[in-house]
Amino acid sequence: MTVTVYVPRDAAALSVGAQEVAQAIARMAAARNDDIRLVRNGSRGLLWLEPLVEVDTTAGRIAYGPVAPEDVAGLFQADFLSGGAHGRRLGLTEDIPYLKRQERLTFARVGLTDPLSTLDYEAHGGWRGLRSALALGSAEIVETVVQSGLRGRGGAAFPAGIKWRTVLNAPGKLKYVVCNADEGDSGTFSDRMIMEGDPLVLIEGMTISALAVGATQGYVYLRSEYPDAERTFEAAIAAAQQGGYLGEDILGSGRSFHLELRRGAGAYICGEETAMLESLEGKRGMVRFKPPLPAIEGLFGKPTVINNVITFASVPIILDKGAKYYADFGMGRSRGTLPFQLAGNIRHGGLVEKAFGITLRELLYDYGGGCASGRPIRAVQVGGPLGAYLPQSQFDTPLDYEAFAAIGGMLGHGGVVVFDDTVDMAHMARYAMEFCAIESCGKCTPCRIGSTRGVEVIDRVRQGERREDNVELLRDLCDTMLHGSLCAMGGMTPFPVLSALSHFPEDFGLPPVPTAGGRGVTQVKA
Amino acid sequence: MSGASNPSTPHHAAVEDAIALHAARPGGLMPLLHAVQERVGFIPPEALLRIAEVLNISRAEVHGVITFYHDFRTAPPGRHVVKLCRAEACQSMGAEALAQHAQARLATQFHHTSADGIRLEPVYCLGDCACSPAMMIDGRLYGRVTPERFDRLMETLEQP
Repeated sequence: MTVTVYVPRDAAALSVGAQEVAQAIARMAAARNDDIRLVRNGSRGLLWLEPLVEVDTTAGRIAYGPVAPEDVAGLFQADFLSGGAHGRRLGLTEDIPYLKRQERLTFARVGLTDPLSTLDYEAHGGWRGLRSALALGSAEIVETVVQSGLRGRGGAAFPAGIKWRTVLNAPGKLKYVVCNADEGDSGTFSDRMIMEGDPLVLIEGMTISALAVGATQGYVYLRSEYPDAERTFEAAIAAAQQGGYLGEDILGSGRSFHLELRRGAGAYICGEETAMLESLEGKRGMVRFKPPLPAIEGLFGKPTVINNVITFASVPIILDKGAKYYADFGMGRSRGTLPFQLAGNIRHGGLVEKAFGITLRELLYDYGGGCASGRPIRAVQVGGPLGAYLPQSQFDTPLDYEAFAAIGGMLGHGGVVVFDDTVDMAHMARYAMEFCAIESCGKCTPCRIGSTRGVEVIDRVRQGERREDNVELLRDLCDTMLHGSLCAMGGMTPFPVLSALSHFPEDFGLPPVPTAGGRGVTQVKA
Repeated sequence: MSGASNPSTPHHAAVEDAIALHAARPGGLMPLLHAVQERVGFIPPEALLRIAEVLNISRAEVHGVITFYHDFRTAPPGRHVVKLCRAEACQSMGAEALAQHAQARLATQFHHTSADGIRLEPVYCLGDCACSPAMMIDGRLYGRVTPERFDRLMETLEQP
């Protein structure tokens, strides 16, 4: 009987040897005349266990990990094809607590299926959202997304349905749907995991969006740092076209939607939506003035829906199971789930999809297991390079858009980067300014010049040169960037800088934050 | 000077091939430049005028786009390109020390090419943030990179 063996094709798994493991398994099986079917799935998101090999047994899928190529002979000897005992055996994959306690809606299929099989996709609930969308009118699709409470997952958290409604009601026949896959924030990889692990869900979500607003052409703007995602997604577009789910006459409906992948060229700023539009038009990625909103005048001057990968990938389940099903997850005005990404110095790094409302502490310790180095966690940056650095005293903040805004932070794209107690927060503040200087598009002065001056001022503070004066100057400079920049790049670079300064003043040579009955009880707003 | 197609210019066939594939596409300049760089290894300065003419834009605009994006280059990069991530998640796992080690090992600096023809570039996030530090060699991703692993990988590149 053929045994199905899964070895991920996910770039993170490949980066630690999954390709060599897959080859070793194929070679060994051939040599032993074992009848196996090797499926290159997405990653389950338990990235500290990669390469994670799974075997489909009568009891369910059994996981082994992390597997090195030199472990493969031993796995065959232990009869892993029947789920045999071995030092790397982790038991049933779905019973691993890290996975079992998650609420996977957007990531429901990632790691389970063959990412390029339209039939496998269908067998696991795929295309159902598209079929129900085809039975609805445009306004009804939009209304469903509005009712679900889905907000943009790229960082700005603008209600997706409202944006779609604006595009639907904008005059003109030619409209576009654009997916922002320029996932440039350090600590984030959920877009990449979708595009490599379940690319068809993104295609389905974008197609539903096109039906909703009346677009027939879409683009995915993918960063060039993701060559594996590019290969997989191009193959997924071809598979979807072949199956009749994309292109002319979708599923015999008479409706059409064409999708094209475009590659960026290493500019972080192109993750800003208007810079991305410029880049898609073949220009320098310079930020545009708003208004006009892209929903009114976007790509090539036409009304354009722009959403992030995770936003589009969350749409099919909403159309399939209904707005209420999705909205029943979450808290306050943050409805549904967010795929959090645990990254940096963390023992159990990976992808954790949970309803909004889980606390940062649960994520860091219950899932993450503390620092990989075994040292205490000192600071956490949530929301990418433009997100605030948070100290221990703020770890009980619920992960919710409004709760984070209230402490001067932001959830952004759900990336969580962990630092142990060896981190120098003045260095991290300097790096935030330096990164802004490297990646600024240069259109507005606060960002272009302010970031360079910021590096210099922080250097003077660190060297103890007229420290008090220079700290005041730094705060003043941050204020200018915050209020005077054209987009979030210059406008939010002060968040990591000011939060580092406020919560970790000792790293800048300033007196520490006074503690009243415990470290860091004093709340200092960034 | 003329931007007309001239078979005697270096890399003529590669540039014309890229133009044939992408020039007519909406916003085709980016895919066109990527295609030229994939074929030639860099964007030959002689190609600028020809690309500008075909797209009906100025040479300055083409130059502006090439210089805006980190990926595009106008000279050969060397035999191999090593991109080392210097962003926050990798920093939390020792990327700065790895960067120092890499520069010492290759006896070169970021944005430069070693005597063995290995180009060292900084990159800000490769999306492998749970397996930090990360790097990319000629488009292939490596995670959990220690100085020892870096040295082993460099040995394979340095062999002629």
